[in-house]
Amino acid sequence: MGDPVIFIANWLRDLLTGWGLAQGFVTLIMTVLGVVLMATVALVLDIFLVWVERKVVARFQDRIGPNRLGPFGLIQPLADVIKLLIKEDITPIGADRIVYNLAPIMALGTVLALWAVLPISATLYGTNINVGVLYIVAIGAISTLGIIMAGWSSNNKYALLGAFRTVAQMVSYEVPMVISLLVPVILARSMGLKDIVDSQIVWFIVMAPLAGLIFLVSNIAELGRAPFDLTEAESEIVAGYHIEYTGMKFGLFYAGELLHALTIGAIFSTLFLGGWRGFGASAFPIIGVFWFFLKAFFMYWVIMWIKYTFPRIRIDQMLNLNWKFLTPLALSVLVVTAILDKVLPRENLLVYTLGMLLANVLIVGITLQLLRSGARAERKRVGEQRPVAVPPEQPARIAQTTTTTPQSPSGVTH
Amino acid sequence: MLNDWLFIGVFLLLAPVFPALGLLIPRLIAPRKPNPLKMQTYECGIETVGDSWVQFRVQYYIFALVFLIFDVETVFLYPWAVTFDQLPLFAVLEGVLFIIILVVGLVYAWRKGALEWI
Repeated sequence: MGDPVIFIANWLRDLLTGWGLAQGFVTLIMTVLGVVLMATVALVLDIFLVWVERKVVARFQDRIGPNRLGPFGLIQPLADVIKLLIKEDITPIGADRIVYNLAPIMALGTVLALWAVLPISATLYGTNINVGVLYIVAIGAISTLGIIMAGWSSNNKYALLGAFRTVAQMVSYEVPMVISLLVPVILARSMGLKDIVDSQIVWFIVMAPLAGLIFLVSNIAELGRAPFDLTEAESEIVAGYHIEYTGMKFGLFYAGELLHALTIGAIFSTLFLGGWRGFGASAFPIIGVFWFFLKAFFMYWVIMWIKYTFPRIRIDQMLNLNWKFLTPLALSVLVVTAILDKVLPRENLLVYTLGMLLANVLIVGITLQLLRSGARAERKRVGEQRPVAVPPEQPARIAQTTTTTPQSPSGVTH
Repeated sequence: MLNDWLFIGVFLLLAPVFPALGLLIPRLIAPRKPNPLKMQTYECGIETVGDSWVQFRVQYYIFALVFLIFDVETVFLYPWAVTFDQLPLFAVLEGVLFIIILVVGLVYAWRKGALEWI
């Protein structure tokens, strides 16, 4: 087998059956153990992510980052956790207490639930349900709900503004995300994530680079990270939805965001970068774990790279980017992929892959041409003088006052 | 098959427990000395006036409506994508026609100005 985790699981299952427990009960115990193991791994990774995030940000900004506690500052996140745990928890007077306390639990809990369907290696996965892709979309939508709950229940105007922006942003970017997710489903003929990885003899990023790009961009928007961090824009609405949260409740939001970023990296690598596929992974499934996390962390690094490179965009630009660029692009990519899949010979993988890649390059070329003319029109529109805040009768009034002013002193002297 | 959904069910039940534990520990070890001044709502330099739970702008509502139409219609495309092997070219073109109707809807919303942020 070559997989120690499965070996231990089988051993434990035999042991429990040997004790004379009923088959259904053994299955339940094994399931609960699997869930606890998976969630614990995700949460321990989450604590480690605080260190990764701070260290990488520091490098992007030409600093060293945490380096005092332990080797390379590795104990720093533990100190952060302890600090958050012993901080006083303040609930504002006007808050809706139940929803207020439920919101951070939702924010982290839903991100954790995403790990249920991720295939970590060929043999090591939570479950391979046949609607895995839909499950990811659905659970991702619930994490939006946690943010809305936080913004609404805080009874704070900034928090409410943040929640409103979240609704507009997440609801919009869900559309290109769902459409671009259709492309790997068409290529793999399945919605189960394990099946999608199994069918990636050639990584789907080669066949559908545009779908991957759209998926990444819309997921960064779903995540609410820069350049789409309008939901918590510090300079405009202070901190947005989590403005009233202190101590561990804020910590849960923070942890939820970091884990969500890594989870999106993991989902992206599963759908487009071949998941656990890599050198030696099919012979020894445990090596697949290494490849999976390497790809996931690489995508996490890309998301961080984008975050610390681009400035925040305006809300109208954010909506235009989605509805007038990403959504039509995603739809055209979907149409082209669907038709080409029937036209190209699927048995000949080389021709199939090259055809898909060529079509994507063509779409990129046409899109760039359209974008150029669109940008030209936009520059013209913005550059035009617009009648803003100048009422039409104002020149007349100025003329009137200039004629009357010389008279008024004379009127005083009379 | 059933075991797959058992895993999902147990995961969905247990996933909120971990963050809830994270909220329980500060309740035991963190200091709790609430006072009215400390628990005021944060606002930039002044005391809060009025309630925040107000009616919101209709603009958000329109975006939610457009989203709803698109999301529901894309969900219909998932079965189409999964059974791609069994579909003849004609059925694929029918799906493409469906997507074109979606595009017409998008163009309509665009022309109507529903996608403008005012």
